[in-house]
Amino acid sequence: MQTKRSIFHNRWLPYALLAPQLAITIVFFIWPASQAVKSSFEREDPFGFRTSFVWFENYTRILADPSYLNALGRTAVFSVSVTVLSMGLALLLAVCVDRVLRTRRLYTTLLVWPYAVAPVVAGVLWWFLFNPTIGLLPYILDGFGIDWNHRVNGTQAMILVTIAAAWKQISYNFLFFLAGLQSIPASLTEAASIDGAGPAKRFWTILFPLLSPTTFFLLLINVNYVMFETFGVIDATTSGGPNQATMTLVYKVYTDGVAGLNIGSSSAQSVLLMGIVILLTFIQFRYVERRVNY
Amino acid sequence: MMKSILSSGVALAALLAASAPALAQTEISWWHSMGGELGERLNAIAEDFNASQDDYVVVPSYRGEYEESMVNTIAAFRAGEQPHIVQVYEVGTGTMMAARGAVYPVYQLMEDHGSNFDPSAYLPVVTGYYTDTEGNMLSMPFNSSTPILYYNKDVFEAAGLDPEIAPATWEEMEAFSRQIIEAGAAECGFTMGYAATWLGTENLSALHDVPYGTLENGFSGLESELTFNHEIAVRLWENLADWQESGVFTYGGPAGGSDTGPLFYAGECAMVMNSSASRAGILANADFEVGFGMLPVFGDVDGAPQNSIIGGATLWVLSGHEDAEYEGIATFLNYLSSAEVQAAWHQATGYLPVTLAAYELSQEQGYYDANPGADIAINQINLNAPTENSKGVRFGNMPQIRTVLDEELQAVLSGDKTAQEALDSAVARGNQILRDFEAANN
Repeated sequence: MQTKRSIFHNRWLPYALLAPQLAITIVFFIWPASQAVKSSFEREDPFGFRTSFVWFENYTRILADPSYLNALGRTAVFSVSVTVLSMGLALLLAVCVDRVLRTRRLYTTLLVWPYAVAPVVAGVLWWFLFNPTIGLLPYILDGFGIDWNHRVNGTQAMILVTIAAAWKQISYNFLFFLAGLQSIPASLTEAASIDGAGPAKRFWTILFPLLSPTTFFLLLINVNYVMFETFGVIDATTSGGPNQATMTLVYKVYTDGVAGLNIGSSSAQSVLLMGIVILLTFIQFRYVERRVNY
Repeated sequence: MMKSILSSGVALAALLAASAPALAQTEISWWHSMGGELGERLNAIAEDFNASQDDYVVVPSYRGEYEESMVNTIAAFRAGEQPHIVQVYEVGTGTMMAARGAVYPVYQLMEDHGSNFDPSAYLPVVTGYYTDTEGNMLSMPFNSSTPILYYNKDVFEAAGLDPEIAPATWEEMEAFSRQIIEAGAAECGFTMGYAATWLGTENLSALHDVPYGTLENGFSGLESELTFNHEIAVRLWENLADWQESGVFTYGGPAGGSDTGPLFYAGECAMVMNSSASRAGILANADFEVGFGMLPVFGDVDGAPQNSIIGGATLWVLSGHEDAEYEGIATFLNYLSSAEVQAAWHQATGYLPVTLAAYELSQEQGYYDANPGADIAINQINLNAPTENSKGVRFGNMPQIRTVLDEELQAVLSGDKTAQEALDSAVARGNQILRDFEAANN
């Protein structure tokens, strides 16, 4: 395989070209991350007058803390359900739009809109819809005999944040799935139709396997989205409650560090969170990618 | 490099400032958390002060809710950019007091720079919350409130209750609520903000004169332990869980209870308990006659009601500034404590008058005659001389303890735990938080 190769005659030019990106990475990612690693080994009062080095105490305490283990479990449930829900619905919508001939652009535009909504605003929208006092949906659900009160009922709170977080991500997944579908040559599906394969058969044996690179990419993106970017949604809808039912790892980092001013524990948690995401990404690349049909 | 750009920028700014006429004025920054209407009132105070003299300019700036503002202040302090004055909520008191190097105690500031400041002019129940064990006032009371009961007089009338009589005990709360629900006047009896915290444990303990924690509710040392899993709290929480089933009580959410207001305004709940500072908001939103009452107590407990405790915020002066600036801060705080400023703030906002003079001035001006119910809060904090159990609660990491309490009450309301289990667990978790704070501050 041939790769394109550029040759720089000036030795410093490539570094100079890289410098802005590197500077941003160092200032906004590497430096704060190293600070977090540092303070995860320390115990400190909020104002930073007394700092003592405590080795792994923050870590051992977190790992023995039932509320941290609870957050770990909640995060697992939350990320699986958000990923499955948002990717499943996005794929369904993409397949539908892909079959539409005339108004495809209109549907695409409309379906992409939610992505432009800020997470907090999305959270507030769903908070209004599901508000037990003034919301529309609890009123309708009441007609079916369902008493909706996510302020007390943890399962309902989890359903609420899952819907709100997935709704926002559907647009993004949809765009990629649609692009993926459109890049699959029509001749393949046409040939299958001539051989007598129905739409479902064509989807599962041709389209879905050929979409696997897109699906794999989206899986990574979605897990990262759930881990980090759902903060606004949770903050605006349930604030991690009731009784920690929607307390995800990233929200716990915030409540312990910012609201609780417990910097050591919060740093240790963010280091662990970073480790989890690195591990997940590694596993996905190492094992899942092998099965992907490029 | 960065630094030289920054300092040349500062030099430039200084040069520009030098050409402005306000050269001689010392600027005093004041970070606060008063949004909306309250923020405008606060700005007016600063403007009036600035107009009253030529030496100092107070510059207020809104820094988000109490929690955010406190975090911002701490971050600013660590970066050496702290404001002169910051408004900190009552649950942040323990953290601020422990931060000795960061705070310039108000009594010290006034001794060093203010000649005629008299701390005894302040209401004891207010200053008690913010003084150390030697009786020194550490921060300046500014906006204090206490929870009271609001009720819908129209609903009371429709249910055949006397609209002029507020329930005084929890037993009456239940009986009134049942009568209201049976009559179909409202779907729910009452709701409350801070159901697990400020009302449901802190004021509950104070009103029944039982300790919330050891060592004078944490006033006399960091080694204190929580004791709010007492019989009275268990009884209330048990009741709340039962009452929730029949509609006597509706939970309005954690912390301040963001849904309590809408529940009351919509006429769904006949009564609501929340801060006395909600008065203006409630009157503006309710299209019915609103009645006021004190917080209920259990009728069979001797000595109850004792007195309620306050919430709200005080002004803390931070260290690390110039003497001339502290001179200005002292002048400003003196101005703030004058009866006129205090009375105007109290009457406009519904916060308590924090000095006796402001209360008397409001009386003279006929404020309480024109606004029935406005003095309920004042009477409630002054019911009796505060005891060890009723002068307030002061613990480090108090915001975290409140979060724990919210969670545990939710577990009771969802039927996952009994009231006793939840309160025991809250005490155990809370004590762990207190030990962390003790370890970080020793």
